[in-house]
Amino acid sequence: MQKKEVVAMLLAGGQGSRLGILTKKLAKPAVPFGGKYRIIDFTLSNCSNSGIDSVGVLTQYRPLTLNAYIGIGSAWDLDRSGGGVSVLPPYVREQGGEWYKGTANAVYQNIDFIAQQNPEYVLILSGDHIYKMDYSKMLSYHKSKGAVATIAVIPVPWEETHRFGVMKADENGRIVEFQEKPKVAKSNLASMGVYIFNWKELRSYLEADEADPNSSNDFGKNIIPNMLEANEPMYAYAFKEYWKDVGTIDSLWEANMDLLRKDPELKLNDSKWKIFSLNQTLPPQLVGPGADVQGSLLSDGCLVLGKVHHSVVFTGAQIGEGAEVIDSVIMPGVQIGRGATVHKAIIGENTIVEPGAKIGVPAKPGENVEISNENGITVIEDNVCVPQSMRIVQGTVLSVAAWPEFPEEWIS
Amino acid sequence: MRDLLGIIDLAEPTEGLRELTVHRTLGAVPFGGRYRVIDFTLSNMVNAGIRNVGILLNDRFGPLLDHIKDGKEWDLNRQRDGMFLLPAPLRGDSGEGISSNLINLQHNRGYLEKSRQEYAVFSGCSMITNLDYRAAFNYHLEKQADITVIYNQTANLSANPPYTAVVTDEKGRVMDIALNPVQCTSRKVSLNMYIMRKDLLINLVDHYSARQKRDLFTDAIMPRLDELKIYGFEHTGYVGAINSLKSYYQHSMDLLKPEVWKDLFYTHGQINTKVKHEAPVRYLEGSKVSNSLIATGCTIEGTVENSILFRGVEVGPGVVIKDSIVMQKAKLGPGVSLRNVILDKDVTISEGKSLVGDPSFPLVINKLATV
Repeated sequence: MQKKEVVAMLLAGGQGSRLGILTKKLAKPAVPFGGKYRIIDFTLSNCSNSGIDSVGVLTQYRPLTLNAYIGIGSAWDLDRSGGGVSVLPPYVREQGGEWYKGTANAVYQNIDFIAQQNPEYVLILSGDHIYKMDYSKMLSYHKSKGAVATIAVIPVPWEETHRFGVMKADENGRIVEFQEKPKVAKSNLASMGVYIFNWKELRSYLEADEADPNSSNDFGKNIIPNMLEANEPMYAYAFKEYWKDVGTIDSLWEANMDLLRKDPELKLNDSKWKIFSLNQTLPPQLVGPGADVQGSLLSDGCLVLGKVHHSVVFTGAQIGEGAEVIDSVIMPGVQIGRGATVHKAIIGENTIVEPGAKIGVPAKPGENVEISNENGITVIEDNVCVPQSMRIVQGTVLSVAAWPEFPEEWIS
Repeated sequence: MRDLLGIIDLAEPTEGLRELTVHRTLGAVPFGGRYRVIDFTLSNMVNAGIRNVGILLNDRFGPLLDHIKDGKEWDLNRQRDGMFLLPAPLRGDSGEGISSNLINLQHNRGYLEKSRQEYAVFSGCSMITNLDYRAAFNYHLEKQADITVIYNQTANLSANPPYTAVVTDEKGRVMDIALNPVQCTSRKVSLNMYIMRKDLLINLVDHYSARQKRDLFTDAIMPRLDELKIYGFEHTGYVGAINSLKSYYQHSMDLLKPEVWKDLFYTHGQINTKVKHEAPVRYLEGSKVSNSLIATGCTIEGTVENSILFRGVEVGPGVVIKDSIVMQKAKLGPGVSLRNVILDKDVTISEGKSLVGDPSFPLVINKLATV
């Protein structure tokens, strides 16, 4: 096989359990985002736009949607001879096989895949962040520093540092200390989960890590601290643009709402850095005579006859006459019937909201509601039908499983 | 449908479309916000399972090639069969191809012979419709017809000449064919789509091209009406014949009716087109949009009524677009007002300009023009 300068390994096997019912049937990277995309589109488009043409996508949890979506990578211009995109699930060897135990183990299990292409560098990415980043600039930085490892970092508010791996770097950018989810942080530079390693060194660290029975086989917990301890030259690459981890219902909703600002930080319609996605070639959206659309994003195939304010409406969704959608994320193929109202909600793919149903209404005094997220977002599972008479109180998470007497006919 | 070969003829007359076809063949005329006219015929063929499509090219086909590329969007970039471009022989110094489908088919006879399909469907590309060729083919086989002509009875077709009227008997056999009859004897209008055995097509081409005839239908099929078993297959869905600026404007506006939008884009399969990876449409606070078709990549802050916006159009604050068609990447200055206007691609309209046309005679602004 042709030698590659850099091979990207995209970790896409996580469940994203904090997204709850939205990831019941698909992996987090396959969750729809931004009106027509799925989360993984951002990372794959970054690869394509950065000129990286060999990408291994490591899958494990519920990979079917992701597999079908990625296909041979044509949508991202990654259907290339001698490289392109390769979907890499765990596989069986002579001595049996095992699931990916951690992020480092997932890459370890694919050492042969990387070795086939014999790259100088390996870029480790995760498929659950929303950002636009030119990895080629980071690679130039890595080379200019003579680093063995370069970690992309972004400043986060000090009060949130406990959620991240935090890097302390000297004035040259060399990392002097690393804290994984610290109680008291020494820096507010958080790791974005984007790493560049020299392949030769990474390989030996992965092998050593695998031989250690006490390791949790994780980049953040094991590989990075081990390298730091061995005094390898490791550098922090500061990224200052929009970056968001969309691992929770709150952050997923917020990141969608971020796109609705008049001058959003993350511009989707940048012709020099397009975000590619698998298109269904649906017709342009039809906005009917009585429609009222403000401060929103809408995609192909939408039919809007009602009111849509400050919302993200995905491909092929339909909003009936007199219906009202406010502060919401309406996923692909959702149908919202006449006169239904949807306030501050995320409605899962292909769900039907029957005419007159009310979603996200304030609780009545004394009504007992379990609010599952900070913003009080109502979440409706994919492929269900919310019947006419239904009134769903804000902050509720509606899923078939959590609803013992969920009638059969609600499932569309 | 391994057995059916598709041939798309781009040689239909385009004079009626004036400015829209100065630099492009009919098939490449932008339509419906994100499509080109040929997308409908091409997608209908592919949706019917046709895997071998030959496209007869004559002139001004540059934009068409840029659009269809290797046929990948229609799944026609195949190892076996797929999409074939069939250019006409050139007409002397001008470099233009001869616009005669008989001469073009004769010129590309080798393609017809080599194709392994037994039957062929020959189609023009001016009909905007979502049609099931599979049903038409089954009808053809069932009737044991020599030729099956696909027709439609939508009244507005005869209101927009040129058109071909057909008369059928109760069994569906075609008894009479007339071009633009003054006294309309039938509401059945040919969609310029014919199914026949490939051998018959080759025979007709050989015979009539050798006799200096030019058009497959009028010169080769019509004269054999008594001799061949010609049947009519009725397609009942929406049909828009794009043959004049008026009909182009009218059929574009028809897309604003949800029933037409659904019929055209969701009945027998989806209409594919070149994908451009534009972002979702951004509606800013204060935007007023009603009864309009909006393609991705647009940003809207002004007013859009009864109009069609193609990809990447920016409608700034104070801009008012009514009853108009605005093609890709138009740049509209602040305060621009448009009514009954068709803006071709990449047009720039400077601040405060007001352009007004008439529904029966929309004002067309040429591609790349600055007003």
